[in-house]
Amino acid sequence: MLLSVDHVTRYRYDRPVRAVMQSHRLTPSKFDGQKLRDWTVTVSGGIPGGSFRDGAGDRVQGWMVKGPVTEVEVRVTGTVETLDLAGVLRGHREVVPPEVYLVDTAATRADAAVAELAAQAAGADGPLSMAHRLAELVAEALAYTPGATQSQTTAAEALAQGKGVCQDHAHALIACARKMGLPARYVSGYLFADAEGTPHEAAHAWAEIHVAGLGWVGFDPANRCCPDARYIRLGSGLDAQDAAPIRGIARGVVSESLDVTVAVQSLQQ
Amino acid sequence: MAVTQYFNEMYQGGKVRPPYARLEDWMKAMPAELRTLKQAEAEDLFRRIGITFAVYGEGGDPDRLIPFDMFPRVFTGAEWARLEKGIKQRARALNAFLVDVYQRGEIVRAGRVPSRLVYQNDAYEKAVAGIKPPKGVYSHIVGIDIVRTGPDEFFVLEDNCRTPSGVSYMLENREIMMRMFPDLFRENRIEPVDTYPEILRRTLASVAPEKCNGEPTVVLLTPGHFNSAYYEHSFLADLMGIELVEGQDLFVEGEFVWMRTTEGPKKVDVIYRRIDDAFIDPLCFRPDSMLGVPGLMDVYRSGGVSICSAPGAGVADDKAVYTFVPEMVRFYLGEEPILQNVPTWQCGKTDDLRYVLDNLSELVVKEVHGSGGYGMLVGPKSSKEQVEAFRGKILADPGNYIAQPTLALSTTPTFVAEGVAPRHVDLRPYCLVGERIELVPGGLTRVALTEGSLVVNSSQGGGVKDTWVLAE
Amino acid sequence: MLSRTADNLFWIARYMERAETAARLLEVGSRIALLPSAGGYRNEWDSLLQASGNADAFARKYGDPVQRNIESFLFFDHDNPSSVASCITMARENGRIVRTALTAQVWDALNTAFQELRQLERTPRSELELSRLTEWTMRHAAMVRGAIEATLLRNDGWDFLNLGYHLERADNTARLMDVKYYVLLPKVEFVGSGLDNYQWTTLLRAMSAHRAFHWAYGGEVTAAKIAHFLILNSQCPRALITCVEEISLHLDRLAKAYGSKTEAQARAQDMLAALEATKVEDIFDEGLHEFLSRFIREVAGLGSLVHETYLSGDMR
Repeated sequence: MLLSVDHVTRYRYDRPVRAVMQSHRLTPSKFDGQKLRDWTVTVSGGIPGGSFRDGAGDRVQGWMVKGPVTEVEVRVTGTVETLDLAGVLRGHREVVPPEVYLVDTAATRADAAVAELAAQAAGADGPLSMAHRLAELVAEALAYTPGATQSQTTAAEALAQGKGVCQDHAHALIACARKMGLPARYVSGYLFADAEGTPHEAAHAWAEIHVAGLGWVGFDPANRCCPDARYIRLGSGLDAQDAAPIRGIARGVVSESLDVTVAVQSLQQ
Repeated sequence: MAVTQYFNEMYQGGKVRPPYARLEDWMKAMPAELRTLKQAEAEDLFRRIGITFAVYGEGGDPDRLIPFDMFPRVFTGAEWARLEKGIKQRARALNAFLVDVYQRGEIVRAGRVPSRLVYQNDAYEKAVAGIKPPKGVYSHIVGIDIVRTGPDEFFVLEDNCRTPSGVSYMLENREIMMRMFPDLFRENRIEPVDTYPEILRRTLASVAPEKCNGEPTVVLLTPGHFNSAYYEHSFLADLMGIELVEGQDLFVEGEFVWMRTTEGPKKVDVIYRRIDDAFIDPLCFRPDSMLGVPGLMDVYRSGGVSICSAPGAGVADDKAVYTFVPEMVRFYLGEEPILQNVPTWQCGKTDDLRYVLDNLSELVVKEVHGSGGYGMLVGPKSSKEQVEAFRGKILADPGNYIAQPTLALSTTPTFVAEGVAPRHVDLRPYCLVGERIELVPGGLTRVALTEGSLVVNSSQGGGVKDTWVLAE
Repeated sequence: MLSRTADNLFWIARYMERAETAARLLEVGSRIALLPSAGGYRNEWDSLLQASGNADAFARKYGDPVQRNIESFLFFDHDNPSSVASCITMARENGRIVRTALTAQVWDALNTAFQELRQLERTPRSELELSRLTEWTMRHAAMVRGAIEATLLRNDGWDFLNLGYHLERADNTARLMDVKYYVLLPKVEFVGSGLDNYQWTTLLRAMSAHRAFHWAYGGEVTAAKIAHFLILNSQCPRALITCVEEISLHLDRLAKAYGSKTEAQARAQDMLAALEATKVEDIFDEGLHEFLSRFIREVAGLGSLVHETYLSGDMR
């Protein structure tokens, strides 16, 4: 598919701030399933900083906005050619060994209930089928319910109330997979909403599980599928915070409000 | 409890060992009143200079003095030559390990170090995977804690690859001894240690990033004046002639880091940081850190600034990884280790755990990530209740503990209330690694001032001594 | 020099000068309190507190302005950021942060003041005469000042210390005068009376300046002479014009050393020129209180400019 993205994030401060610093992971990953046609990231009043590809294969770019400012707009526009690889992250170069993604974080720590859920996949025939089974279990355990959770909600908390959004689905699947000894990580990206109108968000997140012999494989429990040509992958991390497409801080900030719009469209070829 | 023979570094078989020969006369010629006077003078000098030591978590007086013992600890040139070789060897191996585990991890692939210990270690920083710092150095100041148990027996107790502290005491102890006892320095040919700050500055400058043209600007980044080691930070910065900065003094713009000066922004090339990884950049590590510099890691990773020690260096000085340092020496350098490790049991391993629990009252047990003598058990020096309480802690989280035999730490003569008596000591030399690898002849000798105590940490009643290396 | 280092040096000076002012306020107050009555005992102390800008904070914590409470508040109280104890603690802490920018003598003077302060705090209050406290403060302030002048390198750090001293002193002198003129004399009939003169003299004493004044002017003490002495006479070390001269001098030195002129420098030059052209009659025409209020605002504005230019670290 040929997908176009227009993603605008607007930060507003109730008083002028002295400076804004950001670190972006807003460039689609380089692997066999994605090919960039064109891609631009702009930051209003921003001075670009260092740019590099990190050990996990993500393109990272720093930005600085000199104050005083009361508003900063980050705009991402571009087109990407995508292929359906059935979730397999083929041809992605990275240095970080999979074992690193066995480490727990606060958001993905398994409690007794998570462990119990994960244990239901114990009899699976090999890691790949275990991963599929875990994704199904999480999809069943968590009803897609916008507004039921916040950005700080942990996997255990979301599972306890049985509701959540894509972030919670991803965290829950990661927690279960790690509990079962499978390296797992959080992936942030975009998803094209097709005509059928399945429930999902255009700024999306899912999980990847490492399967020996196959490598990293994506699972999207929120949509009960593996990432295909409708997905654009940006970056990964141990959890949502670690994989955030934008990490930022404002100097002298009193209160910040955020406004995000994302449009992903399919272009005729 | 078995009576252990301790190696006395001054007296052997009723005779004085050669390096201490002149010190015996000095000691005997000093009347008690003079000693008291000199001790008071030393204390006054320390207070004036401002060396004070605040202990984490203890509260109390932040301006407390660390006790200084005037009786020096002495090594012969030959003893030191061997130590030096061993220390440098270890520092090279540790850095080779760090470069490796953030690249291909050959030592793990070869099965010589368990993958879990490296990649699931809290100190492993995914954010720097693939990064090769300038000159291939992660740990620029390697502090290696060494104990002695016999004439030729030296063991490494632990490695400190991040920001080993205490070097200001090495320098100040010498300064004060030279002021108070100039005659001693005329009679004995003692190698100088005051070249340390200059060598440190040169080492730091030698790892400036490639993007830096001309003389690099080096700064020391401190968590601030409330930190217990603030004195050391300001002392070192002053001796090196570099700025002592806090996070708020630095900012990132474009591809570089800048410091705020009265004349406008000035580019910074090398940051000698005394802040933990977790706090140096809220955009990369802990988002709530107020001590760091937002965006610093992006500049570092794109080659705009050097950070010493490099983020991620801590994965080499973990107490569980420590066990494998001799293996690193063989793997990377193809040499046999000159300095031995203390035999170590990993409580995370079932067999080791059983042994440890069966012999708890004879072992020293430490937390894997602990430091400063906190959270440790010295079996032979503990009550039954203490041992049992610790047993519960180990059982609750075995992977968090390692155990070692109680070492017969050597003693050196130390001034005590009754006169002079043997007290247990250890040694921390500071190895500098940059373009070159250097070691000043000396280090910090810590002494357990309580009779019979084997714990030398200043937080647990330890003091410090001047450490001499005699010229050959 | 790091902006923060400059800021720490600047504040060492400001706090030491402020400690001295707190002690001077105590001295003025205790002497005026010895007067028969000028609208009641209570009023005298109250007006002093108003001058220091702390009347509300005092009332909340202590209620009645009796001498012992005032002493506690102006000398010992760490909740009062302008007390002698607070100022000396803060000066020493700022000094500790920039130890390496100071000489051993300056640090020694700061540290000794702090260590002795801690002893004073442990001494029973019954053993502490007010005069001992005020003399102690002024002695240590002088020792720190002396160590700075005698031992410190005359580099930019020295300039920032001096800027701190003189900005603070300009503000403090103006405020002390304002107490006397505006608050202590609410009734017009007192002006020019014997009572008035007694209070003026007390003010001079509090500035350690009454002998210097007599030496310089002689004869009867008049409001005009005192105003001239404390505002326009550059021989008087605490006079407003002297402070502005020093501020201007150190801003000029910095501009020269750094090779760039600043707005702060221009502002200080303007203030100095204006003071030089002022006659004492002009001040009384404007109204002493009005003149002093305007001066205090101008000094505060100059302080902000110095902060923005050199201390905030935001200058490009």
